[in-house]
Amino acid sequence: MTTHYTPVAKALHWLIALLLFGLLALGFYMQDLPLSPQKLQLYAWHKWAGVTVFLLVLVRLAWRVTHRPPPLPEHMPRVMQLAAHAGHVLLYALMIAIPLSGWLMSSAKGFQTVWFGVLPIPDLLDKNRELGDLLQTVHLSLNLFFVVVLIGHIGAALKHHFIDRDDVLTRMLPARNLEP
Amino acid sequence: MKPTLKPMILALTLAAALPWSSHAAEYRQVQADQSAITFAYQQMGVTMDGKFNRFTAQLSFDPERPEAANATVDVDLASIDTGSAESDQEVAGKVWFNIPAFPTARFETRSVKALGDHRYEAAGQLTIKGKTQDVVVPATFTAQGKAGVFEGRFTLRRGDFAIGEGPWAKFDVVANDVQIQFRITANAGE
Ligand code: HEM
Repeated sequence: MTTHYTPVAKALHWLIALLLFGLLALGFYMQDLPLSPQKLQLYAWHKWAGVTVFLLVLVRLAWRVTHRPPPLPEHMPRVMQLAAHAGHVLLYALMIAIPLSGWLMSSAKGFQTVWFGVLPIPDLLDKNRELGDLLQTVHLSLNLFFVVVLIGHIGAALKHHFIDRDDVLTRMLPARNLEP
Repeated sequence: MKPTLKPMILALTLAAALPWSSHAAEYRQVQADQSAITFAYQQMGVTMDGKFNRFTAQLSFDPERPEAANATVDVDLASIDTGSAESDQEVAGKVWFNIPAFPTARFETRSVKALGDHRYEAAGQLTIKGKTQDVVVPATFTAQGKAGVFEGRFTLRRGDFAIGEGPWAKFDVVANDVQIQFRITANAGE
């Protein structure tokens, strides 16, 4: 009986997690800097990484709709199971909405995104200062909300591991190290 | 009959032609609301554009005597619109335009050459931030009723004018080439 996520699911989960922490840190850091070539460089990297995460999240969603994740432990009350599902849906929604808002913001501000300096991503919106500022607020608010949801997500995983002592955390970890 | 008609027709033809050939339309009244100066450059491979909202131009242009034409364009650098307030503020500073010390950029023609097919070439001097460079500006001229429209574009190198010094002096993030595009509408005077 396998209770682990598939290697593809694990790889996507941790790759995206790594990129997301980098993006969050970079996003908050870069936006406070005075204008400089470094700042523009960091903005470009942030946008490239953000688009990359967006594409990885699409792959991950494709995996999710074609696979059934291992069931939640039976000791979990029904409401907690529902809450866990709702939390995961919210995480997926934010992982889609945040890069989309970033892309739309960049379009509205007139800064086209050219993925890795090579592939131009079409601007969906015309240059419009007010809309750009509004979308910046949207991007920021979604990110702050995301941080709160992430804290809940990580907190829940740790609670499962250290308090409930079930396999919810370990089944997302690389199998070799933990299950001899 | 015949001998009298001929000179009359000739006189009429001449009369019809005269106002146009002797003092042809000379375009000199610049219409600010139908004129625009924009710029474009590359920032890490991404094309960025902007415009100058205020400039004045004095010009006189007679399509029949283009070599006598002249133009002076003064651009109010503080009217720059780069697309973001942060950048507008940044480029006013010392390392970019140093607007407090050099508030205007000026282009002054020295000679104008007709290339045929409504195309012209204006050689002149461009002064920005206290530095003057010779430039050649190609332009087309189109008469639209009473108005004449001059359109053209040329490329300047920001490095030639020290626009963007210090941390910006390298061209890896903001490219050296800046494309300037203009459209100047002038009405014909009498
Ligand atoms: C999941 C992916 C992403 C995450 C987690 C993320 C996170 C963040 C964070 C935390 C900030 C700082 C917010 C602030 O303080 O205003 C930020 C700013 C920004 N993000 Fe993202 N971002 C992502 C994707 C994108 C994408 C795809 C783009 C554009 C294509 C983008 C463009 C920007 C820009 C331009 C800013 C700076 C806003 C400003 O001018 O202050 N982001 N991002």
